Order: sequence, then structure tokens, then C-alpha cells
Amino acid sequence: MSLIRGRRLLAGALTLVAAAALAACGSKTTDTDTAAGASADVSGDTVKVGLLNSLSGTMAISEVTVRDAIMLAVEEINAAGGVLGKKIEPIGEDGASDWPTFAEKAEKLISQDRVAAVFGCWTSASRKAVKPVFEKNKALLFYPVQYEGLEQSPYIFYTGATTNQQIVPGLDYLKAQGVKSVYLVGSDYVFPRTANKIIKAYAAANGMTVVGEDYAPLGSTEFGTIVNKVKASNANAVFNTLNGDSNVAFFKEYTSAGLTAATMPVVSVSIAEEEVKGIGTQYLANQLTAWNYYQTTPGAANEKFVAAYKKKYGADKPTSDPMEAAYVSVHLWKAMVEKAGSFDVEKVRSAADGITFEAPEGLVTVDGATQHIAKTARIGKVGADGLITEVWSSGQPIKPDPYLKSYPWASGLS
Amino acid sequence: MTVLFGQLFTGVSIGAVLLLIALGLALTFGQMNVINMAHGEFIMAGAYTTYVLQQTITGAGWSLLVALPVAFVVAGTMGVLLEILLIRRLYARPLDTLLVTWGVSLILQQLARDIFGSPNVQTRAPELLTGNIALPGGLTVANNRLFILALALAAVVALTLALRLTSLGRRIRAVVQNRDLAAVSGIPIARVDRTTFFVGSGLAGLAGVALTLLGPIGPTMGTNLIIDAFLVVVVGGIGQLKGSVIVAFALGVLQATGEYLTTLSVAKVMVFVAIVAFLQWRPQGLFTLRTRSLA
Repeated sequence: MSLIRGRRLLAGALTLVAAAALAACGSKTTDTDTAAGASADVSGDTVKVGLLNSLSGTMAISEVTVRDAIMLAVEEINAAGGVLGKKIEPIGEDGASDWPTFAEKAEKLISQDRVAAVFGCWTSASRKAVKPVFEKNKALLFYPVQYEGLEQSPYIFYTGATTNQQIVPGLDYLKAQGVKSVYLVGSDYVFPRTANKIIKAYAAANGMTVVGEDYAPLGSTEFGTIVNKVKASNANAVFNTLNGDSNVAFFKEYTSAGLTAATMPVVSVSIAEEEVKGIGTQYLANQLTAWNYYQTTPGAANEKFVAAYKKKYGADKPTSDPMEAAYVSVHLWKAMVEKAGSFDVEKVRSAADGITFEAPEGLVTVDGATQHIAKTARIGKVGADGLITEVWSSGQPIKPDPYLKSYPWASGLS
Repeated sequence: MTVLFGQLFTGVSIGAVLLLIALGLALTFGQMNVINMAHGEFIMAGAYTTYVLQQTITGAGWSLLVALPVAFVVAGTMGVLLEILLIRRLYARPLDTLLVTWGVSLILQQLARDIFGSPNVQTRAPELLTGNIALPGGLTVANNRLFILALALAAVVALTLALRLTSLGRRIRAVVQNRDLAAVSGIPIARVDRTTFFVGSGLAGLAGVALTLLGPIGPTMGTNLIIDAFLVVVVGGIGQLKGSVIVAFALGVLQATGEYLTTLSVAKVMVFVAIVAFLQWRPQGLFTLRTRSLA
């Protein structure tokens, strides 16, 4: 075989790989033949719900634990008699860390399995991909992860934090610590880009300077240059919106460069207990996180949650904020359905306002207008044992404000 | 100045990673002309070998040292099995080889997922490799990067010497230069092919061990790297090691510089544009092997 021919063949091979990737991206995400409002099938003595999480790919490190927490809530509810006398029948699908796949699987759960509600998604990219599917079919999604705000779909309940319950308190904390300059590092997709837009608006209004901003593709593991830039910037702190496995490579590189929490603290908004375990505490000692819940959060509801989780999945399994929010979302859905007296999506939605639940993070209240929930903000520090301990809290639940309307500096965002 | 040096070092160390993953390919693709799409999965096998060894051998330093030869043998053996079972039967059918090895790559990924679970796993780095060496003037050099650079250079030197000085190396070169003539001269080309494939795949395993120091270990880690590795070999010129070495470092420095001046995504585009332009100018790559073979 000639050399040139070998190369042409290789070009063909690479084209093949690229074409496969493109085909995946371009795959049809919506079916036009399903009539709007494929209603849930609740005729049997069970009620089906969909669980849509990535069990493979770069996001699996995080999303598998969310699936586990949802399953725990489902079991608890079933053990206590189910919802409106019907046992919950969970139907799991793997989103595979691939956004078109999420849309495809959402369509399948709604149209084919005719589930009453879907719990899941992690990245905002996956949420944005499924949003039109839920809106078209008038079906319900419970989304359990903190996100960038600026969204309010009538068919999504957001049980994770919006920006004024996580990122803004995180910035307030840094400001109170005397931080004057920050470096922004994030994954290259909608959440970090929007979050950083908000951070820049906050910084401009609060006398902070953003000395640099860098994005790495999701799944990227080469952080040599970014860490060099961060180090050379001499920022007071780093605001980290990296998602998934990139955090592993970033913190390894960060530590290798001789940067520590003492010299340049990093505030992360996507690293919870499960990720700490994966990254390794040796790289994360004393770094900061912003969440609404930690495994160490005091309270009887949390003790019960942690004990039940460890009993089911193993004593070495930590609990984390998104897991807690996912666990809470199933209980909130149950309360909404019972208040509505029906599984009907519109009735459930109108029953939602004011529903409360004694969650592991403390009392949470559903805000019917925004379909977000009021949550307490907490800043934590990573300890040597891999657990995160609270160093600051808002003391009371913060009312959700996804569009940051109550913050004058955010008026230019939307 | 500090930044400039830091960036140069980052570029060189990106190049070292590229070189390690491309070196095995320079043998199997460059020398034997086999397009092995499963090469990335041999890297993955090497990385998982490190992980498994760390579960059994306490002490991150020892397990890493043991992992180097073990991963070489594990990945090499997988390579030989692939060669005996599939590739050997397809030497005259390159397109089939490509599709078959791609299939094998998918199977191996799923196998890793079934054995180790789909979430990525991590290894602990030995204490010695987590810190950095401080040079005068506030410069720092990360130990793990230095280790990878040393490993890559050691692999290049060892491979070059083996190809030049040993009888096996001479046979490999003879087969590369003229397969038929080598066969009629009494060189057992089937055995030479198998050995070449063993070494090439083993080098992928070695790269896998090195990569555990930088990032997570997952079923798809190889796929993310394989295209860059093919690019290095193609641009470097098929049939030559020195081309791959030079191109790996050049691409690393280009990537790091571009990323420093712009962003990561733009830098990737710059690298691809540079490669396309280069191949327009020299389609045969940086160096070519002059042979009298008519094939």
C-alpha cells in the first residue's frame, strides 16, 4: 500500500468519525406527529415517572449519584403508600452526556412511556435541549441542579439554586473577604458563559475587577496554559464554573503550579462531595464551594437522609447538593400531586405555589410564580476528610429571583 | 519572562504527551501502515492498569513504577491479540482494517464501562510528582510534567536505539522498506509484524500510565487523543520517528502559544489550519522515507 493511499484512507477514517459525531448532533430531537399534550397514563395501579440522567460519558461522575438519590426518594414514597394510592414506577433512561440524546430520551419518556413527570438533567445544555420537548408536550420536568438563571419555563420546576441563591451569595462572601480581583475559569457551554456574564456585571458594580476569563471544552483535560494564565494574573481568587471531569485535570494542574487555597482560593459552584472524592482531597484542601446543602448540614431531616442514603448505597458514599435537590424534587412533586388531587400537569402546576417540604437543607418553599424554590445559601470549605463544612450561610431561605430583577446591577442582563 | 518560560514549558509538555501517544502509532501506522483505530483503547488499557495496580499495591509511587512495565505488556498483548486475530487477515484490505479496528475500539470501550463502571476513575499521584520545582526568578516546573517529558524522551531514545542497533530493529526496518524483498531474504515477516505491533501497542499503554498523572481515567479517554496522534504521525511523515518527535513538540508549543494569546478553542482551530496548510505544501509530511519499493 502506498504512503499517499494510507493517508487518504486515514482522512476517510477521520471524516467517518466526524460524520458520526455530526449525525448525532443533527439527529431529530422532536417528533412532529405526536399531538401536543401527550397525557400521562395513570390508568393502572402504578404511576410512571421518568428518570433522565447521564449514566455514561463525561457527566456520569455527577449524574449517577443524582439518579441514586431520586431512586431513594421513590422507594421512600412507595414504602409509605405511594402517591394518591398509586406506587411510583420509575423508568430510567441514559442521557449519555450528549444533549441531543437527552431530547430524544425525553420525547420517548413522554410519548411512549407516558410518564407523569420526569426527574433529571444536569448540565444547562441538556436542560436547554429538552426544554422545547417538555413545552411542546406540556409535560413536567423537575430539574435538580444549580444553574445560571434567566429562565422560567412553565413546564420545568427548578429545585436547584438559581443565581441569587448561589453565585451572588458566593460573590458577596468573596467581597466580604476583601477580594478585589477574580479570574473566571469555566467549561465552554451555556452555564459558565451566562454565570460569568452575571459575575462581570456584579464585579463592575461592586468594585471588583475580572482579570481574566477562560473556557475549556467540556471534557477537556489539558489545563497547563489556563493555569499559567491564572497564576500570572495574580488575582485574589478564582471563580470556577468548570463541570465534570475537567475539574480533576484543572485542580491537579493548579496544585502542580504551586497554587493553594492560601495563595489563591478557588470558589467552585459545581464541585460537591461526590466530585471532591473523585478529584482527591489532596488537590482541594481548604478550597471553597458555594451550594445550598452539604452532607454536614445540621438537622434531623438531613441525618435521616444521609443515614438512609448510606444504608442503601454504602457507608463510603457521600451526599451532595444536587442529590439532595433531586431527592427533594420527588417529594415536592408528591406534595403537589396530592394537593391537586390529580396527576394532571396543569392541575399540579397550579397547586404548586406555597408547597413546603422539610428538606435535608432545611425548609424549602415552592414559589409558584417562578417555579423555583426558596433555599438557604451556604459557602463551604473542603476538609481533609473530603467533606465540606459550612463557613457562611444566609441564615434563612432566599426567595428565588431567576432574572435578578431585585438587583440593580443586573438590569442589563437578560 | 516567567510567563514566557511557563508557556514554553507547557507547550513542550503538551508535546511530550502528544509524542507518547503518537510514538506507538508511528510504529504501527507509520511503519506498518496499519490504521488501528483501537490504538486509543490501548492507551485506556494502560491507564486502567495503573488504576487496578493502585488498588492492590499501596503506595502511589511504587504502583506507578510497577504500572509502567505492566501496562506496556498488557497493552502490547492486546495489540498482538488484535494483530493475530484480525489485522493479520486483513493486511491487503486497509479499508476493512479500519472498520474492524474501529469496531474493536467500541467493543473495548464498552468492556471498560462494564468492568470499571461508566463514571471516570482517578488515581492518586505519588507525593513526589504532585509538587513543583522552583527555579530562580519565580519560575516553577511541575514535577508530573517533567516526569512525562522524561518518559517520552526515554521512550524515543530506547526506540531509536532498538531500531538502529538490534537485529530485530534491522528486521523491522527491512520489512518497512521493502516487504517482499525482506521476505525473500528470509526474514520472517509475520513474526516481525507481530513484534512491531506488540511494541507499538505497548507504547500506547505507557502513554496511558503517564496520562493518569494529568487527568481522569475513563472509557472514552483514548478516543479524545487518537486524532491528535494520527495528525502527529501524518504531519511528521510516515515511516520515520524523527518527524513525529519534531512535530509533536511543534504542535504542543503552537497549541500553548495560541491558547495563551487567544482561547483554547481558537488555538485548536489555529493548529488545524496550520496542519492543513502544511500538508498542502508537503503532502508527504515533514520527512519521507526513501525506498526503492514500487508499492
